Amino acid sequence: MMQPTQINRRILPPARSGFVWSSLIFSMFLNLAPVSGFSLLPDWVALTLTFWSIHQAQRVGIGIAFVLGLLMDVGDGSVLGQHALAYTLLVFTAAALSRRILWFGLWQQALHILPLLLGVQLAMIAARMIGGAEFPGFGMFAASLTGALLWVPLNYLLLLPQYRAHERDDTRPI
Amino acid sequence: MARLAFYLALAISLLFADLRYHALEWMRQGIGAVLLPMQKLAGLPIAATSGVSDYFSTLSRIKQENDQLRTQLLSQADRVLQQQSLLAENTRLRHLLELKEHQHLASHAADILYAVRDPFSRRVLIDKGQMAGIEAGEPVIDAAGVVGQVTRTYPLSSEITLLTDKSQMLPVMVLRNGLRAALAGAGPGRLELRFLPVNADIAVGDTLVTSGLDDIWQAGLPAARVISIDRSSDIAFARIICAPLAGVENYGNVLVVDKKSVIPLDLPSEEKPPESKKGRKK
Repeated sequence: MMQPTQINRRILPPARSGFVWSSLIFSMFLNLAPVSGFSLLPDWVALTLTFWSIHQAQRVGIGIAFVLGLLMDVGDGSVLGQHALAYTLLVFTAAALSRRILWFGLWQQALHILPLLLGVQLAMIAARMIGGAEFPGFGMFAASLTGALLWVPLNYLLLLPQYRAHERDDTRPI
Repeated sequence: MARLAFYLALAISLLFADLRYHALEWMRQGIGAVLLPMQKLAGLPIAATSGVSDYFSTLSRIKQENDQLRTQLLSQADRVLQQQSLLAENTRLRHLLELKEHQHLASHAADILYAVRDPFSRRVLIDKGQMAGIEAGEPVIDAAGVVGQVTRTYPLSSEITLLTDKSQMLPVMVLRNGLRAALAGAGPGRLELRFLPVNADIAVGDTLVTSGLDDIWQAGLPAARVISIDRSSDIAFARIICAPLAGVENYGNVLVVDKKSVIPLDLPSEEKPPESKKGRKK
């Protein structure tokens, strides 16, 4: 379905694949920016992956999530496979729940996104703790909270290109 | 569902190979080479803002810093001037005692770029890498003491694991009485001195220096200072918490010591017990 929510009853044209890819790459840029300590910035790649797997489930699949996870592993300096595992589970769950989530309003959707993002962090913690690392502290879960809060503005931002008119008109810029 | 199982299995096997066998460094280097321009671009806005703020720092602040550095240099001048004669005397005495000579440590100066984002380990990135001749395992120091060790090198940058990382250990000795122990990382800004019995001769405020017992660190580099000791006798070892002396949590300039210039300690070879002059009684 191409609507922001099912209740909206408005049918949007599909997202262009160029836009989907560039949004994913831009989210990776944001993720690679160096921050210190427990930052409040969310995992941008996880957020964007969740968005596209809910709205365009056929375009963004588990393969893309795996590759992005691998790139994030190298960029983050963590163990290879940690982000890949987490993002794979994320995209699978988000795509499976996508039909259901789209029936809710935007803030209720954000409430659904929160456990998904927490699940991503828990998967990474589990992978590292089985490998012998110690628990880094509960401060890292603040990032999931901000991610869920950012879901609403992100929704507007990423759906914006789809709010374009169907026919091109020479007298109108958009 | 089958795709999920496939990718999950792939991810778990990658985790296994990397955590247990460290066999995937080639993959990391390859992907890192692709990711490097992106990382540089991503760091550009932050570098730009700090550059702008540096440019606008007022003249008075720079003059104040200059004065501070001058007084610091002057206060260390007498020690530096004596150093030449002390080194010569040291060499003469070592010749006399037939000990191996101390060698000057060759090193590369580097800047810390930023902390690695992984929250499970305490690592920083410096701006010199394989192309500058840095190898994994080389010790890293700054003006005040031990910072950490190089754990991974890329062509243009290297990762240093800080002393406060939980997987790092350093052989140290107490400067006051030569007591030897192992210093382990214990999280942000904290170190723990392990395996000292409850009645060990150690006090709050003691300085710990490297003992040089491994072939990696030169002896005598300041490492940490003891800040608290817990001698409750329910466990056999005392719980000693220390703080690092070097600017481990700050970002500045560090020196990466060239591994080959640190020569191992000259330990006395084991002497065989003298042969008994009397014959063995059977």
